[in-house]
Amino acid sequence: MIVFTLNGIGQRLDVDPTLRALDVLREHCGLTGPKEGCGTGECGACAIWMDGVTRLSCLTLAGQLHGRAVTTIEGLADSWDENEATDTTDQPPLHPVQTALAERGGVQCGYCTPGMTMVAAELLRREPNPDRAAIREAVSGNLCRCTGYHKIVDSIEDAAETMRKKR
Amino acid sequence: MQDIGRRSRRFDALDKARGTEQFATDIYPPDMLWAGALRAGVPHGIIRRIETARAEKVEGVVAVLTRKDVPGTNRQGFVYWDMPVLCGTRVRHAGDAVALVLAESRRALAEALRAIEMEIEPLPVVDTLDAALADDAPNIHGLDTGNVLKAATIAKGDAEAGLAECDVVVEETFYTPAQEHAFIETENGVARIDDDGTLHMTVSTQAPFRDRFEIGRALGLDPSRIHVTGPYLGGGFGGKDGATVQCLLALAAMHAKGRPVKMWWNREESMLAGYKRHAARMRFTAGAKRDGTLHAVRCELDYDTGAYAHLGVEIMALGMEHSGGPYRLPHLEAKGRCVYTNNPVAGAFRGFGVAQVSFAFEGMMDRLAHALGMDPLKFRLRNAITRGERNCAGVTMTTSTGMEECLLRLRDHPHWKSREAWRADAPPFTRRAVGVAAVFNGMGYGRGLADYAVAKVRLTGSGRIRVYNGVSDMGQGNASTFVQMAGEILCQPESVMELVQPDTDRTHPSGSAAAGRTTYTYGKALIKACETLRDKLFNRAALMLFVDDGSGFAMIPGGVRHLPTGRDLPLAALAAMMHPDDRISMAEHLMPVTPEPVRGGEAFTLGFPHLLFPYAAHLARIEVDELTGRVAVLDYVAFTDGGRVLNPQNFEQQVHGSVAQGLGYALTEDVLTEAGVLRSTDLCTYVIPTSLDLPDIESHAVETIEHTGPFGMKGIGEVGLNGPLPAVASALYSAGLPMTRAPFTFGRVLAALEDDQPGTGSEAAS
Ligand code: FES
Ligand code: FES
Repeated sequence: MIVFTLNGIGQRLDVDPTLRALDVLREHCGLTGPKEGCGTGECGACAIWMDGVTRLSCLTLAGQLHGRAVTTIEGLADSWDENEATDTTDQPPLHPVQTALAERGGVQCGYCTPGMTMVAAELLRREPNPDRAAIREAVSGNLCRCTGYHKIVDSIEDAAETMRKKR
Repeated sequence: MQDIGRRSRRFDALDKARGTEQFATDIYPPDMLWAGALRAGVPHGIIRRIETARAEKVEGVVAVLTRKDVPGTNRQGFVYWDMPVLCGTRVRHAGDAVALVLAESRRALAEALRAIEMEIEPLPVVDTLDAALADDAPNIHGLDTGNVLKAATIAKGDAEAGLAECDVVVEETFYTPAQEHAFIETENGVARIDDDGTLHMTVSTQAPFRDRFEIGRALGLDPSRIHVTGPYLGGGFGGKDGATVQCLLALAAMHAKGRPVKMWWNREESMLAGYKRHAARMRFTAGAKRDGTLHAVRCELDYDTGAYAHLGVEIMALGMEHSGGPYRLPHLEAKGRCVYTNNPVAGAFRGFGVAQVSFAFEGMMDRLAHALGMDPLKFRLRNAITRGERNCAGVTMTTSTGMEECLLRLRDHPHWKSREAWRADAPPFTRRAVGVAAVFNGMGYGRGLADYAVAKVRLTGSGRIRVYNGVSDMGQGNASTFVQMAGEILCQPESVMELVQPDTDRTHPSGSAAAGRTTYTYGKALIKACETLRDKLFNRAALMLFVDDGSGFAMIPGGVRHLPTGRDLPLAALAAMMHPDDRISMAEHLMPVTPEPVRGGEAFTLGFPHLLFPYAAHLARIEVDELTGRVAVLDYVAFTDGGRVLNPQNFEQQVHGSVAQGLGYALTEDVLTEAGVLRSTDLCTYVIPTSLDLPDIESHAVETIEHTGPFGMKGIGEVGLNGPLPAVASALYSAGLPMTRAPFTFGRVLAALEDDQPGTGSEAAS
């Protein structure tokens, strides 16, 4: 039995602990936000947080989730304490990185977006004031084939500013 | 309101940022099976034995299928039908599928695939163009023409005589590698056959409507009983245009007894079996007059299409059509050959045959400018094509032609003006240089294949506007632009808009997401459909308000207004009064083609030539590390003529993305094979740019108006990819490092540095 919290909710899963965490999240927990782009740790699309730290879920076994607090893209907005109703009417709240990626054109096909968002949000928690080079460094393990990264970096800069203002 | 021309958030962006957008990969139907293919692993050979008994006994295995289980023609393809779904006897590349397994779990699937015994008697491997063209080459498809799938020659003027008239003539042979699409979402889909025998498939595809015919022909199914749904793709770039998983998945569904089946290629399988950009060899001779007039080009282009044709001939045709560059060129002779080998299958890729020749024709421009002692930008400007002239293939440019303006704008850019000072300021052991490139890319299918779309828009019962998109959105944002267009004409905010993504039951055939046509063709149809709906709403409103006719009405957010009386009617009230069928409006559009013949062009029955072209002028500032051979692109600037810009954010996205892929093509990306066997099997050995490898990319729109296009736009999805390779090469050339083989790896650049004798090239751009 694997016991952990997932996006703030307790989970008890009776699954083979040698399955990949990525598959368990996607197939057993129904959270398809984390994506698979390679399965071998090269693309970052599967990034999640374990106890607030970025992990590649394709390289994590289900058993390793035991006892941990797991956050996926689906739970990211709630993990941000400062969150308040955003301007997106009846829609659920967003983390500033999500808002910024959407507003500033950091999203194209969107397949790298969840992993990119998790990594960027962790960066901004650690380092509220990163410059473009630091942002590029932080997301360098997240491959994006669509954007050329420029607008992703713009978006993360924007999100940093939003978060600084709200602090 | 997301008005046309306004920088606005994409319609799809929020759901994607939330992680809630459902891609094909995200569908796990209850009670589903996994399907997977066994790949040959041998690039060329005869299958002597396939033994499936052990695999069938693996627990959780539902079926193990081989060639004998395939009904129909077993042939995939959509111009040439040459690619087996499952190979029976002959294997033509290492990624060929030889067996298909259905299993209850991924683990059972993997175990069963390992348990299939297979003996393939190897045949000599044809792994290069020369090997394929040799007199005694093994004949891969048994064609009378050997391994040449198609050879053709197009001509304008008289290249031979033209070259004789030139004051300077240069010759060079250029090579470009196969390129991997490397979309982050690999090829995948789910399928099920329902009780009536209808096949339902949700698949990551650029051509949901055509897929039905490809599946139907390959497997002997009735296309009208195939229902394909095409959700947003996690990237496509051409690599999901034509069957990937489709036929295998359909075959699996036929043996799944009504259960849903999922197939999802992992990265290695995607690299092994997925399509690539054609590797090419391009022999060029080009000449100019002393006054700086480009006068004649003669070239021979060889495209390695790998084991199967896919769109190889059409890709070669585009290469030939563009081989003289975006210039007024009186004399051109372009010979093309599309050649089978045992290499991975090449197919469509953004820049479709043009990315290759852009390297070559722009390389010739640098060499000619150098030979003439002319500034390379001035030389390009002097010859840039303008409206009303015939392009290099002989087609009169009756449509928007912004090439010259792009170059003029680039000439005024500070990076160009300051190039000498910047170059002189290079740190020790470093060479600095600034390169330029002028590129273009034919838009639309071209002649012979109707570039057609059918748009549908509906006022829903609750007074919302629903757009039925018929062309896949692989990430380029056409779906969002369709919402924007409908919103513009009907004056409705995003909150009133709904979008249905391609679905062969609900939306209408509108062609593939390809050829820079997606927004253009469907957009034109959609504008008409929206205008019809608007007029219909006005007429119904007139009935409701007891006024004589629909004139005097205007659309307002959420409703219509009768201007003379100031009375408003909400859309929901109008909807309530209308029959559901009356709330639908449909329209179609057919892209114009040129009636002008190109000499030799009759060799191509479809896809040649083109009438519409976006243009771009690119600039790259690079540093070359003389110790390691590393080329770093520090600054990149793109000026793009895509007609009117409908959403600057989306426009920049397309430019950034295509430039990024082009820089990967220039610097690191190379599909490595050894005797036909793939060596770059993952994203460590096939290196695409990371955030640290790319500079910020400056994008400027050079707005022309394309009168045939929706709101004056033309498609720019592809043209941006063609610039980076020649722009970086141009910079290297001006740094004394003439490169003829891409990508510009450390080793190749080091070799060029060693070859560089002082005084041979470094003053080329000065
Ligand atoms: S899927 Fe985990 S790093 Fe690519
Ligand atoms: S947006 Fe497509 S991979 Fe990043």
